[in-house]
Amino acid sequence: MSTSTPQAVATPDDVVEQPRRQRRPRKSAAGNAARAVTSPWASLVAVIIAALWTVPTLGLLITSFRRQIDIQRSGWWTVFTDPGELTLANYKEALTGGSTGLGQFFVNTVVITIPAVLLPLLLASLAAYAFAWMDFPGRNTLFVAVFALQIVPLQVALIPLLDIYVNTLHLANTYWSVWLSHTIFALPLAIFLIHNFMKEIPKELLEAARVDGAGHVRVFFQLLLPLLTPALAAFGIFQFLWVWNDLLVSLVFLGGTPDVAPLTVRVAELSGTRGNAWFLLSAGAFISMVVPVAVFLALQRYFVRGLLAGGLKG
Amino acid sequence: MSTTGKFVQMFVALGLFAIVFIGILLIAARFSGRRGERVQAVSFVGPALLFLAVGLMYPAILTIIASFQNSAGDASVGLQNYIDIFTKPELLLVLRNTAVWVVLVPFLATAIGLAYAILIDRARVEAFAKALIFLPMAISMVAASIIWKFMYEYRPTARPQIGVFNAILKELGLDTYQFLLNDPANTLFLIAIMVWIQAGFAMTVLSAAIKSIPDDIIEAAKLDGVDGLKMFRWVTLPSIRPAVIVVLTTIGIGTLKVFDIVRTMTGGQFNTSVIANEFYNQSFRYDQSGLGAAFAVILFVLVIPIVAYNVVQLRKDL
Repeated sequence: MSTSTPQAVATPDDVVEQPRRQRRPRKSAAGNAARAVTSPWASLVAVIIAALWTVPTLGLLITSFRRQIDIQRSGWWTVFTDPGELTLANYKEALTGGSTGLGQFFVNTVVITIPAVLLPLLLASLAAYAFAWMDFPGRNTLFVAVFALQIVPLQVALIPLLDIYVNTLHLANTYWSVWLSHTIFALPLAIFLIHNFMKEIPKELLEAARVDGAGHVRVFFQLLLPLLTPALAAFGIFQFLWVWNDLLVSLVFLGGTPDVAPLTVRVAELSGTRGNAWFLLSAGAFISMVVPVAVFLALQRYFVRGLLAGGLKG
Repeated sequence: MSTTGKFVQMFVALGLFAIVFIGILLIAARFSGRRGERVQAVSFVGPALLFLAVGLMYPAILTIIASFQNSAGDASVGLQNYIDIFTKPELLLVLRNTAVWVVLVPFLATAIGLAYAILIDRARVEAFAKALIFLPMAISMVAASIIWKFMYEYRPTARPQIGVFNAILKELGLDTYQFLLNDPANTLFLIAIMVWIQAGFAMTVLSAAIKSIPDDIIEAAKLDGVDGLKMFRWVTLPSIRPAVIVVLTTIGIGTLKVFDIVRTMTGGQFNTSVIANEFYNQSFRYDQSGLGAAFAVILFVLVIPIVAYNVVQLRKDL
C-alpha cells in the first residue's frame, strides 16, 4: 500500500464522516438500485461475493489446525464431513521449530514496528505544527515541496539509501536502517494529514495560549497534542499496519539477516523454499495476521479512518 | 541477539530519539524575540526536512542518475537502459503485465466494491458483511498471497486435491490446472489476489459516498419517474463520481507498485513479472543496478499521469 494520492487524503472528512452525521433509515439511491435487481438475485450475488472473500481465508485457517498428514491427504473442506483430529502442533512447530522458528521473527516485527510508528508521528507532528502555526521564510514553498514528495515511490530511494546505510552510517542489517527508512517514507503523508487537522483548530485558542505566555513547545505538547489524539491515532494505526505488513523495505535493508528480519520476510521466504509445507505456511501466515486482525477488530472505526486517510501507501 | 536484548535496543532507541528531538526543542525555546521564532521554527521543522532531504530527495536524484549509467555505476550509457526496457522482449513483457494489472485491478475492485456496497446497503447485517470484505486490507500481501496460493494448489488429476479450484475442476470431470505456471493466464490469477485485497477499500469509500447523497435529490428524481437501474446510472453514479475517481486512481497507484504478491507467488517467473518486481530482481538478484534504477524511474514517471488525472477530474467536479 507510498505514497497515496493527495486526493485520497481528503476522504476521511468528505466521505467517511458523513454517514454518521446524516444517517437516515429509509430510502437511498443504493437501496433503489438494489431493489431494481429483484431481491433474491441481489442477495445471491452479495452472498457469492461474501463467500469468495471469506472462503480462502477460512480454508487456510482450518488447514492450520489439521495434522500434517491430513493436509496432504485431503482438502480442508473434508473436515465438515470427517473432522479427523485437530491440533495446535503446526503452530508450535512454526513458532519454535528449529528450521523455522517464527517466534524470533515475531519479536523482530514488534521491535521494528513500535519505533517506526512513534518516530514519524513525533517528527511529522512537529513539522506540521510549524507549517500550520509558525511564521518563517519559505514556509509555503517548503510545505508544497513536502506535499509533492508524496508521489515519489519509495523504490526510487531504496538503493542509494541502502548505500548510505552500508557505507556512511554503518547501519546495514540493523533495526536502525528500517526504523529510519519507515520514518522517512511516512513523513510526507503524515505531515500533510496532521497539518490538515492542525489547521482545523481555532486560531483564537492558540493565540490565547500564546498571549498567556506559553511558548511553542508548551502549546504543542500541552494544548495541541491532546486535541489531535484522534488524528494521531488514525494515522498511527495506518502506519502500524503499513510497517507490520511491509515486505519490500525490510527485504531490502534486512533481508539476509534472520536476527533482525520481520515475519513477512521469513514467511515470504518459506513460501519460496518450502512451498509445499502447508502445515508450516498456514500456521505461519496466521501468526503474521493475528495482530493486525486483532487491531482491526478492536479499533475498527479508527482503523477504517486511518486506512482511508492513508489510501494506498507504497 | 536475545529477545530481551532486542527490546532493550528498542527502548534505548526510543529514549534516544526522545532526548534528541525534545532536547533540540528545549534549547530552541530558550531563544526569544524575532530571532527566537526563527530558531524555534527550524527546530520544529528541521528534523523532518533533514530526513526527507537526505533519505528521499537525495537518493531519488542518485537513482535518476544511476538509470543513465551501466551496472557498475561508473560510466554513462545514455538512454541504453531505457532502450533495453522498451525493446527487449522479456522486459517489454514486464511493461505489458504491469499495464494489464493497472487496467484490470482498479476497475474490477471498484466494480465489485460498488456492487457489494449497493447490495448490502441497509441490510440487517451490513456492518458484519462489510467487515468480511474489508478484512483482507488488514493483512499483509504476503499472507494474502499464501492464502491464495493454497486455493490454486496443483496436484495431478488422479491424486486427491487439496486446492479448492482444482478440486472443483476435478469434480466437474476436468483435468487439474497449473494456475501459476501457465502464462499468460497466470497473471490474471495473481491479479485476482490484488482485487481481493482492494475491493474492501473501494466498498468502504463508495458505501460512505452513497450514504451521503442527500435524500431530496433521490426524492426529486423519483417524482420525475426515475427508478431502479436508471436511478443508479443517472443519479447515484454522478453523485459519487468524485469518490469513484479517488478509488480508481488510489488503487491504480497501489497496483502500479505491486511487489509482494508477485514476489511471493511466482517471484516473477513464468512471465508474471511486473515493474516493481523487476526493479527488485534487476537491482538485487542480477546486479543490473542501472536497469533496476531505470525501472524505478519508470515507476515514478507512471505515477504522475494518474495523480494528474485525479487532480484534473476532481477540479472539474468542483
